[in-house]
Amino acid sequence: MKNKTILLRFSCTILTLIIFALPATACRSEGSQTAETGIGNERAIQNKGSDTLVNVALAWAERYRQIEPDVSIAVTGGGSGTGIAALINGTVDIANASREMSESEFEEARANGIESVEHIVAIDALAIIVHPDNPVGQLTINQLSDIYTGKITNWSEVGGNDVSIILLSRETNSGTHVYFLEEVVRRGGSEEAIFASRTILMPSSVGITSEVRRNPNAIGYDGLGYVDPEHEKILAVAADSDSPFVLPSVETALAGTYPLARNLYMYTAGEPTGAIADYLSWIISPAGQEIVTELGFVPIISGG
Amino acid sequence: MTSKENSPQRTISLPALVREKISQYSWQELVIENLIRLAGVSAILIIALIFFFLLREGSAAFLDVPLRQLFGGRWYPIEELYGFWPLIVGSFLVTVGAVVISVPLGLLTAVYLGEIAPSWQREILKPLIEVLAGIPSIVLGFLGWVVLAPLIQRLGAPTGLTAFTGSLILAYMALPTIISITEDALYAVPKEYRDGSLALGATQWQTIWRVVLPAARSGIVVAIMLGIGRAIGETMAVLMVTGNAAHVPELGLGAFFQPVRTMTATIAAEMGEVASGSLHYSVLFGIGIVLFLITFGINSLASRLVGGNGRRRRRGQL
Repeated sequence: MKNKTILLRFSCTILTLIIFALPATACRSEGSQTAETGIGNERAIQNKGSDTLVNVALAWAERYRQIEPDVSIAVTGGGSGTGIAALINGTVDIANASREMSESEFEEARANGIESVEHIVAIDALAIIVHPDNPVGQLTINQLSDIYTGKITNWSEVGGNDVSIILLSRETNSGTHVYFLEEVVRRGGSEEAIFASRTILMPSSVGITSEVRRNPNAIGYDGLGYVDPEHEKILAVAADSDSPFVLPSVETALAGTYPLARNLYMYTAGEPTGAIADYLSWIISPAGQEIVTELGFVPIISGG
Repeated sequence: MTSKENSPQRTISLPALVREKISQYSWQELVIENLIRLAGVSAILIIALIFFFLLREGSAAFLDVPLRQLFGGRWYPIEELYGFWPLIVGSFLVTVGAVVISVPLGLLTAVYLGEIAPSWQREILKPLIEVLAGIPSIVLGFLGWVVLAPLIQRLGAPTGLTAFTGSLILAYMALPTIISITEDALYAVPKEYRDGSLALGATQWQTIWRVVLPAARSGIVVAIMLGIGRAIGETMAVLMVTGNAAHVPELGLGAFFQPVRTMTATIAAEMGEVASGSLHYSVLFGIGIVLFLITFGINSLASRLVGGNGRRRRRGQL
């Protein structure tokens, strides 16, 4: 009798353990599946990364869905770093990035058995924006660097009012942040320069534009597609004190006269095949690049 | 049992049915007993596992990053500058601000609800306060971003995204916790205390201040500690309204009106970008360890305060 109860108790414990463990193992097997799964005939492409690119990527996905109803594309933002990390970890098919993948990131991907392939999908001019009431209309890269490293702290030092400058930047997981660090902050002379610690880090592109709209002392940067000239003032930028000041636009970005124009990328794990390859070639086709223009970004030349 | 002793014949026929019944019940009992035991043990087990996991993932931060840098003043992970100091200061400022605002407000509200308000007011206010507790933090963060931040900027701060903005939102979030637990504590004070005090000629205010509140002290301490716990661990709302500048502000009241970056916001903002296993990854877990230790400290302080005073009091007097 006693033996029997022990046996019973034991089996009960085992049973409850199994009940509790089941969902856990189910979760695991779900997670270990590759991101690129097909349900029936329908193929789901996972696309993640740059917030700069996210609106364009969404528009592409929606339009492509009309052309190829069998292919569904799931687009999420989060920042270039987030997208690239997901590609390295093997959870997305296409990573969007507003900067080039770094050598160490290529290495990390290789360590996971993934050879990342780069595709240029659009061009963006990075606009420097201030409040419309701000009298400052133009800055050189050097001045911008001094402002963002904290050497210049008052607008009067660059021809504005006598108020302190509020620095706005994207979070460090943003490709735009890294691009700005390398192309602006470190162009001021020092290769090791970093953002002043007072810099306010915004989790999104929209965060920067809305803070610039309401704060007359703020300065920020954002992709041209996010800027609305009615609510924010776009500054003309000069590469150095001898160069002309240029406003960002599709023309100046394509002509290369605007100093802060950059490529926007999509990265795939290996050379794309099947539906992903079709999608990418549609993106760089005139039909895909038309959407880039509609959203205020600059199409790549082959498409335009 | 008795049937067994009295008539050995029936032990064969009847108990077959009984035993079947008993074994059926004991089966159910055993299953339920085990489920409850598992639930009880799993709470402890999960905490132990969380701490173990935090230590495993985060210990590299304390081993690989020089301690001087770890407590240095600069947080900029791109350049591998991992200074916790601005983040700790940020969390501290936001939490202290929230406590200073929410504790007096919460206590007074609870006293009003429990001691002064007529019952019809209580009927209306209590459910409303409970609704307050159910508002998702992201909604409050959005309100803070759209409404509160411009307001604070208009008051003269260089930007509306400050530690104070975060404190206001967090105070609002901690209020329901503080109010309802304090009210429960007040409710637990026996009516005889109040009657006795009033009978001795004390006014209502004197009764509340000198008799009811001290008697409910242990519960109030718990309320405040839980409120602080809510404030220091909150992430989304803080991420949206504090500006996230990893900057150590100058000492003084002005510090509350500058952007800060809290520990929780840092983890939330940066966890998505790190490759698992990298140094940045373990440093983020390191922040988690620091946060865990702080909340652990607060909780044990609370239970010590309550244990030393309240429990004895309750046993002796109630």
